[in-house]
Amino acid sequence: MAEPTTLSYLIVAALLFVIGTVGVMVRRNPLIMFMCIELMLNAVNLSFVALARELTDIDGQSIVFFVLVVAAAEVVVGLGIIVAIMRNRSSLTADDMAELKG
Amino acid sequence: MELVVFVLASAMMLIGAVGVITRSNPVHAALSLVLTLFGVAVHFVALEAYFLAAVQIIVYAGAIVVLFLFVIMLLGVDKAENLSAEPLVAQRWLAGVAGLGLLGLLVVAVARGADVLATRAGGLDTSAEAAGGDANIQQLARSVFGDYVVAFELTSVLLVVAVVGTVMLARRRAAGDA
Repeated sequence: MAEPTTLSYLIVAALLFVIGTVGVMVRRNPLIMFMCIELMLNAVNLSFVALARELTDIDGQSIVFFVLVVAAAEVVVGLGIIVAIMRNRSSLTADDMAELKG
Repeated sequence: MELVVFVLASAMMLIGAVGVITRSNPVHAALSLVLTLFGVAVHFVALEAYFLAAVQIIVYAGAIVVLFLFVIMLLGVDKAENLSAEPLVAQRWLAGVAGLGLLGLLVVAVARGADVLATRAGGLDTSAEAAGGDANIQQLARSVFGDYVVAFELTSVLLVVAVVGTVMLARRRAAGDA
């Protein structure tokens, strides 16, 4: 049976990225929007790893390693901000954060 | 065989991703995210990135999703939200159009780059014979602790900043404290 080509990996990664983008645009719950950002990061990671194999270059996998670390730090800070904002609120939608609106 | 693995892992990944953006209950969305992350980990194994597959499971499916679930439970928002109401006029319709446009652009870009890829054949030398079964980890370690050692040290600074910042954010301010 045929082997999946790098092109097919890249197209699947593009699909995952688009699903994440649409999720950020459609959903209003900040937690879900964070999860959609994780989807996009994973799509990019998949492209990096596929191209690392295609180009015989381990640097792609090193960059995925750093992306993982940065994603972990980003989630920690982001969820900390959400907890700080939402501690005194009942609802949880991105539309409620309008204190800076003129 | 590899094609079967590819199709199954892609299906896991995409079904999980669609679940994340369509489930109304945040807990279900987080569990769909786990499905997606496992699918990506299977892809990593198929692409001979064994160390990253393990890290993907431990850090993403383990730590990050647990953090999400922890915050969902902490905030008590683990009930279904009403998704039928559309908050902005034509938001979903426009998001769908924008998503399709982005997909088209990405696929065109990938297809245009495909002829460049065809000239560089081969794969990473991660065969078990190359270095006693852990060639991938050795190569990755040489790269991370050799070429990118400065960036690696900087990530430790980043993690410290993230931890301190989160502690400051989550701290309850005492009365009269500015």
